[in-house]
Amino acid sequence: MTATELKERLVGRALKRREDPKLITGHGNYLDDIKLPGMLHIALVRSPHAHAKIVSIDASKALAMPGVVAVFTGKDMLDINPMPAAWQAAGVKNYPVPPRALAVDKVALVGDPVAMVVAEDRYTARDAADAVEVEYEPLPAVVDARKAVEPGAPQIHEAAPNNIVFEWECGNKAAADAAIASAEVVVKEEIINQRLIPTPMETRGSIARYDALTGEWTVWMTSQAPHVHRLLLTAFVFGVPETKLRCIAPNVGGGFGQKIFCYNDMAFTMWAARKLGRPVKFVEDRSENYKYSTHGRDHITEAELAGTRDGKITGLRVKTWANIGAYFSTVAAGIPTTLYGRIITGVYKIPAAYVHVTGAYTNTAMVDAYRGAGRPEASYLIERMVDRFAAEIGMDPAEVRRKNFIQPEDFPYDNGLGLLPYDSGNYEPALNKALEIAGYAEFRKQQAELRQQGRYLGIGISSYVEICGIAPSAWMGGQGWGAGLWESANVRVHLTGKVVVTTGSLPHGQGLETTFAQIVADELGVPYEDVEVQWGDTQGTPFGYGTYGSRSLAVGGVAIKRSVDKIKEKARKLAAHLLEANEADIVFENGRAYVKGSPDKGKTIGELAAAAAVAYNLPPGMEPFLDETSYYDPPNCTFPFGTHVCIVEVDPETGHVKLLRYIAVDDCGNQINPLIVEGQIHGGIAQGLAQALYEGAVYDEDGQLLTGTLMDYAVPTAAMVPHIETDYTVTPSPVNPLGVKGAGEAGTIASAQCVMNAIIDALAPFGVKHLQMPATPERIWKAIHGK
Amino acid sequence: MTTITVTVNGVRYTSEVEPRLLLVHYLREHLNLTGTHIGCDTSQCGACVVHINGVSVKSCTTLAVQCDGAEITTIEGLAHNGQLHPLQEGFWEKHGLQCGFCTPGMIMAAADLLKRNPNPTDEEIRHGLEGNLCRCTGYENIVRAVRYAAEKMAATQAAD
Repeated sequence: MTATELKERLVGRALKRREDPKLITGHGNYLDDIKLPGMLHIALVRSPHAHAKIVSIDASKALAMPGVVAVFTGKDMLDINPMPAAWQAAGVKNYPVPPRALAVDKVALVGDPVAMVVAEDRYTARDAADAVEVEYEPLPAVVDARKAVEPGAPQIHEAAPNNIVFEWECGNKAAADAAIASAEVVVKEEIINQRLIPTPMETRGSIARYDALTGEWTVWMTSQAPHVHRLLLTAFVFGVPETKLRCIAPNVGGGFGQKIFCYNDMAFTMWAARKLGRPVKFVEDRSENYKYSTHGRDHITEAELAGTRDGKITGLRVKTWANIGAYFSTVAAGIPTTLYGRIITGVYKIPAAYVHVTGAYTNTAMVDAYRGAGRPEASYLIERMVDRFAAEIGMDPAEVRRKNFIQPEDFPYDNGLGLLPYDSGNYEPALNKALEIAGYAEFRKQQAELRQQGRYLGIGISSYVEICGIAPSAWMGGQGWGAGLWESANVRVHLTGKVVVTTGSLPHGQGLETTFAQIVADELGVPYEDVEVQWGDTQGTPFGYGTYGSRSLAVGGVAIKRSVDKIKEKARKLAAHLLEANEADIVFENGRAYVKGSPDKGKTIGELAAAAAVAYNLPPGMEPFLDETSYYDPPNCTFPFGTHVCIVEVDPETGHVKLLRYIAVDDCGNQINPLIVEGQIHGGIAQGLAQALYEGAVYDEDGQLLTGTLMDYAVPTAAMVPHIETDYTVTPSPVNPLGVKGAGEAGTIASAQCVMNAIIDALAPFGVKHLQMPATPERIWKAIHGK
Repeated sequence: MTTITVTVNGVRYTSEVEPRLLLVHYLREHLNLTGTHIGCDTSQCGACVVHINGVSVKSCTTLAVQCDGAEITTIEGLAHNGQLHPLQEGFWEKHGLQCGFCTPGMIMAAADLLKRNPNPTDEEIRHGLEGNLCRCTGYENIVRAVRYAAEKMAATQAAD
């Protein structure tokens, strides 16, 4: 390649993923695939009661069974601390009661583990767990967040009076009150964002190995954030030096937030491995995952939106009860506060807004981040209320949106709710594009005609904005987040010219190996095949906060780019030395450094890497090797946006909803790999529309999870999800040099209200103004028939 | 303990197993064929689908002893001589997987579907895969992957 030939850029190309060959041939390495010599298996004894005192535990029968090595209870593990409560609500008093490795004296949810059996194989462990006899004294339970904080409710934790985790607010209460008191129109609704179960197809688990001579553990974990888990387990739970623990996340079979958190099994496998001197494995079965691993959403909200008869929104007042579950999960309090309240006004300029949130303990599974985490709840709320307002004043919902959108010239935009300014956006083109694809005007005519024939079609619009690439650290510190939120990367060019990238991000389906390699190949001008991306092991990767919040490209990817920039800078210096030229005259382009004006006089990055590695002839003071690390802390978050449109037909006889079309127009800034972006959008939409139509975790009043398996919890099949039409606008983020925003959560944040708005539009002739999710045929039929 | 003889991916095995041992555990823990996954305990998710005598079956609800004398194919046995099965190729080409956990079962179920219906419509693909759950892809690209494989297999057959 001569200097004038441009290497074909990979950024922006839909390359198929380099991750896939092992996964399509059955050679992925997931947690449960790992077998260690001498490994023991753990089965838990879990509470059948939602709330009870533990009176006694008798393990004698279990211990007598052949193959059983030990039985431990919570009291055996009082030498380690409870799980950490890492993100507490900012600026207010929190009452964090995180779980212990095993429950002690009392259980607070169905599935709370009270004892663990360790046995030679998993069948024996299960049999023995069934043989452990536990006597309980049941206590009254509460599952509803609003009821939990009422006087007289059962009290779950002594340390949290009235079951309150926190009471938090943002915005301007006086202004919102005044706007509502003086408004021409006020719409008011109780909006329930039901509890969901994330359901990664791989459940969670841990394997721990301990070396008694060195006091060091290795823990394999289903984790989205192994560096964070290493930090929390050593510094907070065990009180040992961080260097004593190596955490490895092998292939992780989906997370959707559920695998961000520090779970009890990480601690009790470590504890048991140390106690017994043998490796131990714990893997949840699906019903354990449903009972004990974290759930998402579960808000009860009273919302009031004020406006004028000509469609201007003037105020919003929101009161939310957020269910936190039985214990405080790792970042539980940040989700319904910073990531919800501070973006409640969405894509609209609303002059007066106020949000009050009460976090409540209940006798249910812990609630923490689930895909979108707070932002789907906010987006659902505002988009439902805007439609409700449009219906009230008899204005087209698209028109109301246009009238209230934040305008391109308003960016950077401060929404007045304590968020950093929205970075960039242009909301109307995305709306117009989605409506054009849907044939909106034509549809409205067709809809009116079909109504005459007794057919009920509806169209739903959802315009959203979200917070991605969450940072900077200094701001997040002020939000109660207990650490930084930068990302890191090391890039080194070996003697052979091959490039190794190590990242603290933790891909678990997002295709980051491919995306990151595309960036490095372009930036460094080397063949894509020459770039290797390593991740997942705290030994050998720099500290990173992990993959969640659509942040791995906008934060982790930029850290990689900056390391490459440093490599190029060093390579230029070295080239100047070797070519006996002035450094200012060296151009680095297409993987080659050459003297300006003499493109034939140059060195490839491979030649420079070799020269740096052998170090025979370096400029004075230069260290050998091209090896650079960056820690990138962005100056702001990024704010992706878009508009989704959905068309449905409702059968008034049965209440059945047929999804006729689903159109997504998203703007995630620049795209590195459009194939991967589209896949993220598809998957996100499926999860959001599943919330609208199918899914809901249901507890009875005694705290029994009625949707405890995949038989009862309706994760959609292929036949329940429609064909999805995707398109984009591109508004690069000014926050980072890649111009990227993030795409992992957008689909979920946009879609639930899109489907609900369509259903409610279809039901307008029946006077239906709002429906709670999921919009099951029964619920719709009842709404049509006024029951 | 019961003695069974099975042929898995063309290799004959004779093993002593507990009568209650599930086929999926036999494959994963006795034969170390960990490509077949477990995603639920109620036969909903289909991550464990394998072929028994050429028919797709959920190995989490099959006892190993029921397979005495059977020919079993798992995801590890689908590619031949380093040549991917058209479905494996389709899933790769069309981005039909993200985390990959459901993928082995999804591919095995799709292989059976294409055997029964070599030229399915998108709707038939969606219904044909109702026994398999994917949480990552929203199924759009899985449908594209199966269609890709169907077209490729038809073209290969026509060429033969």
